[in-house]
Amino acid sequence: MELFSKTLSEISKDIKEKKVTIKDVLDSVYKRIEQVEPKIGAYITLTSKEAYERAKILQEKLDNGIDIGVLGGVPIAIKDNICTKNVKTTCASKMLENFVPIYNATVIEKLEEAGAIIIGKTNMDEFAMGSSTETSYIKKTSNPWDVERVPGGSSGGSAACVSADMAYAALGSDTGGSIRQPASYCSVVGLKPTYGLISRYGLIAFASSLDQIGPFGKTVEDVALMLNIIAGHDKKDTTSANLEKKDYTKCLVNDVNNFKIGIPTEFVNDGINKDVKDAYDTSINKLKELGAEIVDIKLEYAKYSLATYYIIATAEASSNLGRYDGIRYGHRAKEFSDLIDLYTKSRTEGFGDEVKRRIMLGTYVLSSGYYDAYYKRAQQVRTLIIEEFKQIFEKCDAVMIPTAPNTSFKMGEHSTNPLEMYLEDIFTVPVNIAGLPAISIPGGFASNGMPIGLQFITKAFDEEKLLQIAYTYEQNTEFKSKKPSIN
Amino acid sequence: MSVSKEEVIHLSKLSRLEFDEKSLDRITNDLSSIVDFANQLSNIDVEGIKPTAHILDIKNVFREDNVDKSYDREEILKNAPEKEAGCVSVPQTVE
Repeated sequence: MELFSKTLSEISKDIKEKKVTIKDVLDSVYKRIEQVEPKIGAYITLTSKEAYERAKILQEKLDNGIDIGVLGGVPIAIKDNICTKNVKTTCASKMLENFVPIYNATVIEKLEEAGAIIIGKTNMDEFAMGSSTETSYIKKTSNPWDVERVPGGSSGGSAACVSADMAYAALGSDTGGSIRQPASYCSVVGLKPTYGLISRYGLIAFASSLDQIGPFGKTVEDVALMLNIIAGHDKKDTTSANLEKKDYTKCLVNDVNNFKIGIPTEFVNDGINKDVKDAYDTSINKLKELGAEIVDIKLEYAKYSLATYYIIATAEASSNLGRYDGIRYGHRAKEFSDLIDLYTKSRTEGFGDEVKRRIMLGTYVLSSGYYDAYYKRAQQVRTLIIEEFKQIFEKCDAVMIPTAPNTSFKMGEHSTNPLEMYLEDIFTVPVNIAGLPAISIPGGFASNGMPIGLQFITKAFDEEKLLQIAYTYEQNTEFKSKKPSIN
Repeated sequence: MSVSKEEVIHLSKLSRLEFDEKSLDRITNDLSSIVDFANQLSNIDVEGIKPTAHILDIKNVFREDNVDKSYDREEILKNAPEKEAGCVSVPQTVE
């Protein structure tokens, strides 16, 4: 077995037991990148020089009997909207093409304290706005299961690199499904934690009340290990929750006996691909077999999540992206007539079409005359959606729905109609609107061979139950062992 | 069209973005179809429902107003597109 194809928990054990050196591990992963990256295009920046320097220091420590941390020497990839000190962080935008942060995001500090080695920054939709990674200004990313198809998005590079064994785990961000949907398209595990569980300090803002950082992994166990490291209160993020630290590996128990799983049949049946539906039905039977109790539930308001999302997210984005004015950092136009023209030209040149569309829509829903009809109303519907989930979690331990209504589509297939692309988020956005935790795990394959994702949702800050259910499902199915051949 | 071209021109000024004639038509179209889609929310009775701006029950978070070390000026200026004498330079703003 090649080193790169191992899981995070396997390789960190091998390193600690000195079966391999950290350099061996890095060599294997970078060699893998050299082989498959030309076909996939998951990375924007590779940090091999820094990675090898860090490997040397960590190995010396290890050889001298010093603890190098839970993730000691393990190569990890980071989405390019998470600030890394002295390493370019572009948000896949022309606006930040040359932006080099002078500080680390809190999650990066935590990963490095735990001994992880950052091996590169991954491609994404520009400013995390998109569901296919096609809005990236920098490059296209292919799905490892079919290079003519998209990896999903916006964290498409992070999902693709874990799927193609080009990193043991990765960080992404999820505002409306940007971790779970690409995890589903690429057949890896992707976790969107409860809003507030992980510090957003150093995450370049898209929609602040929805954004959340989370891990991608090859297994549920790896995702739990990553969550252990990155979760926790941070005084630099006033929206981070001050809770006692938990060990999420303790909930990796193969048991869902008597767990009540909510199935919103009506909500799921609407506009869903047949293969996805079949896989979903099979999963329901699987859970029954494993002893879970299936509970029929109704989601009256969740179907309004998408409309609610595209009002709230764009409103927050139009405000957050106001900071890009070409003055202190970011792209500045070469030619302009006065100060206002400098702002306008810099923004017009620096942002791509999807980002502009969302800034315009956000400005519209916040503008006088429309604020009450759109923005305020969306915030009220948000309250109704939150309440609906609260009631459901009084009688269910978790809700299970597909991660996406379809499997990965061909590049360019949805590029002419933005609304069509937005509809791909129908099953992921309710979770962000309500601030809940959710996980996407491999749940089967369509007749064309493309992966299907299965999503579990629990009440806020109940990641333990979420991981236990996901782990049990994973342990009793074969999907995670199947790897893409990368044609 | 639920959003008019005139409104889009006004929005573009508020957003500090410029569109040429062709992309103006396209974005008017796009915004109209998304706004039409969003109009489904008008069917929901929201009378008396409190708006949610934020899902956590966190009120203002304060800290002591202590003097702390900040970032180095030269470091920060590395990302500035134009700089002069230790400052970010901008076009003349006052006549």
